[in-house]
Amino acid sequence: MEFSHFLSAMTPFNIALALFGVVAGTVIGSIPGLTATMALAVLVPITFSMDPASALILLGAIYTGAIYGGAYAAILLNTPGTPSAIATTFDGYPMAKRGDGDLAVALACFSSVFGGMVGAIALLLLAPPLSKVALAFGPVEYFWLSIFGLSLIASLSNGNLMKGLAGGAFGMILSTVGVAEISADIRLTFGSQVMIGGFGVVGALIGLYCIPVLIDLVATPERHLKVEENVKSVRISEAFKIAMRSKFNLIRSSVVGTLVGILPGAGGSVAGLVAYSEAKRTGKDHQKFGEGEPDGIIATESANSATVGGGFIPTLVLGIPGTPPDAIVLGALLVQGVRTGPAMFSQSGSIVYTFIYGLIIATILMLPAGLLIGRYAYKSIVTIPKAVLVPTVGFMTIIGTFAIRNSVSDVIIMLCLGVFGWLIARFGFAASPIVLGLILGPIAEQGFVQGWTIGAATNNLIGMFFGRPISQAIIAFTLMTLILPIYLAYKKQPHKEV
Amino acid sequence: MFKNNETAEIGRNKMLKKHIKNTVAIIAAATSFASIASAEINGPVNYIIPFGPGGESDISARLQQPFFKDKFGEDMVVSYQPGGGGAVGWASLNGLNGDGQTIMGVNLPHIIIKPAQKNVGFKTDDLNTFYMFHYTPDAIVVTADSPYQTLADLVADAKANPGQVTMSGSGKASANHLAQIKFDKLAGTLTTYVPFKGTGAAVTALLGKQTVAEWGYTTVGAKQGDAVRMLAVAMENRHPLFPDVPTFKELGYDMTGGAYRGIALPNSASAETTKMWSDMIAEINTDPAFQKKMLDGGFAMLDVDSAGMKDFMAARVEEYLKDAREAGLIK
Repeated sequence: MEFSHFLSAMTPFNIALALFGVVAGTVIGSIPGLTATMALAVLVPITFSMDPASALILLGAIYTGAIYGGAYAAILLNTPGTPSAIATTFDGYPMAKRGDGDLAVALACFSSVFGGMVGAIALLLLAPPLSKVALAFGPVEYFWLSIFGLSLIASLSNGNLMKGLAGGAFGMILSTVGVAEISADIRLTFGSQVMIGGFGVVGALIGLYCIPVLIDLVATPERHLKVEENVKSVRISEAFKIAMRSKFNLIRSSVVGTLVGILPGAGGSVAGLVAYSEAKRTGKDHQKFGEGEPDGIIATESANSATVGGGFIPTLVLGIPGTPPDAIVLGALLVQGVRTGPAMFSQSGSIVYTFIYGLIIATILMLPAGLLIGRYAYKSIVTIPKAVLVPTVGFMTIIGTFAIRNSVSDVIIMLCLGVFGWLIARFGFAASPIVLGLILGPIAEQGFVQGWTIGAATNNLIGMFFGRPISQAIIAFTLMTLILPIYLAYKKQPHKEV
Repeated sequence: MFKNNETAEIGRNKMLKKHIKNTVAIIAAATSFASIASAEINGPVNYIIPFGPGGESDISARLQQPFFKDKFGEDMVVSYQPGGGGAVGWASLNGLNGDGQTIMGVNLPHIIIKPAQKNVGFKTDDLNTFYMFHYTPDAIVVTADSPYQTLADLVADAKANPGQVTMSGSGKASANHLAQIKFDKLAGTLTTYVPFKGTGAAVTALLGKQTVAEWGYTTVGAKQGDAVRMLAVAMENRHPLFPDVPTFKELGYDMTGGAYRGIALPNSASAETTKMWSDMIAEINTDPAFQKKMLDGGFAMLDVDSAGMKDFMAARVEEYLKDAREAGLIK
């Protein structure tokens, strides 16, 4: 029975849609500011005239492509094209700087395809049981998950723990500016209308990551990326070998990505960060994460691509969108007259299974398409002279930021953050802790307020925050992440002043 | 001018009347356009939703999209401009071009409560709302295996254990929150309201048993099907999709309403443009195929056109501000 769904996904029309979707998604995702959500929102009307399964295949393919495309800008410009690619900058950009940009792009492609497949297969085989994960996560679990995410600052800041924590705290303060998501209070706007929408994550990403790179490009005479004298013609096989050597990392990160993807409200950025820190924690001594370690890219790119399939699990089984792009897909289905929610798998099974096979096909097509586009993106970034690159990217950052919600305020905030980011980088403060604080702050705040409200109402505050098994597991992971760097520093003390 | 097409029968009757009225109105409008010849749409229309995707505002806009293309031949491009609980979008609306190519979704009680709380960059009267096309009636939702079989069960539990009945809902000072406060007062109960970011998160909390009930809308019942049970809906008559779910009124609680959704133009739009848009949305709203999609999704139809907007808004402002003031949400 399921084989027939595979065949109906394999029609030439559906394959063409999947290919088009992946290519379009990759290109859109590679441009900072243009997100998967935006691409889907604009393209949804095209799908109204299609049958539901084809429509879903196209939308799923665009989504998958966009998450992968975000890696290009992360690797080549140190700017995550989508929030999911934040952690890809950690090792991707250092690799590109030392001349391994083409290798990094190829690695990102392999990892994304692998992660995407794991997510899609989990969706195919395990969707109903896995959807329970989404429900098991209550406010308190989200609170602890975000605290865990913040603890990653300790492992990410490589010796600059205090500066990392200061950055994280600053990011959390920024996240409280504007109208509070659930309490509807207006905070820290100082009466100004510019700040009422708060600091958007995408705008902050562009400002904090991209603007400092642009300023440095203008301020220094060197080339943007180092280029090998005798460029090896093919680095695909080299990338493949590295990926195979790190198969445990690939599998672990893909599973992490699938599970985090199932949690509504967490998303690809959190998945990438969690997978990255796990790769780093379990990594070998000689590996230098943060300085161009291929395993860093493998972890983040497989994890964020796995969130695509993972995110569709609660979307299709429970009718609860895992991520904003999922929400758009849900809306498109509703217009098509497909009832989503608990009844969908039983009532519209053929649509669901055709779509899942379509998603798998799209993920496979991403391999040739991604490698090809990746090579082209790398070549053009490397060969374009600085005098063209800087204004082009600068123009794109402004357009991209404006496009998020047609707001000039966002552009002003982005530029200010950019200059600020460049200035504090002189004093050893990195952008990532700030962005982490900005992303995780609201999750922590909401989870805390909700957990406290429920706990206080049922006279069980302690049990609420510390008595639930999933919470206890996350707390244990958090403690491990916090203590490990201190232990390592202690072990290394004779060699190095702290 | 303000009609709730609540049950199928009444809806159909009113629809017929409205259809005739509309046909007349469209003919009248067509002739007046011919003489004025200023209001028409040229090319794709930008339909801004001041929230993220997936909410009720987005879904209802997506349902309008194909009907608009079908009837008026132009694309309706839906985009999202989230921030500040809608305030970012509404504060920017009047700065946009009023040529009729850009429209924006508006929501009640948001556009009434927010400006009353603090300066959020726009005032309720600033918004040129030209049509209210549906509302999502308030409803109390529990999971299918909940011990609460009826509303009376919930009320009894809430009375026996003051504060211990937790109810999730979307946001604070929102339709859900106001409904919770109002119902507590009517029933003489004390429940605990737990705000979440949007209906989706509030429903997730309910399904995951983080809270024992949810203040939601009839749309939740439509989407979740057998997984949930609605104890009562805040409508004049029962929703055609849920003939077995009683109204609050039937059970003795005088409560009707919910979150109302409409569309606004920048206030620089001419009277002709406003009228044209009001007529176009009215035409979509009277299409039986559109109505069926909306009702199947759990929405309740509503027809307040540009001519009736002033009275409708005045009544809602009075009602919402009174409720919010009594609840201590505004001063």
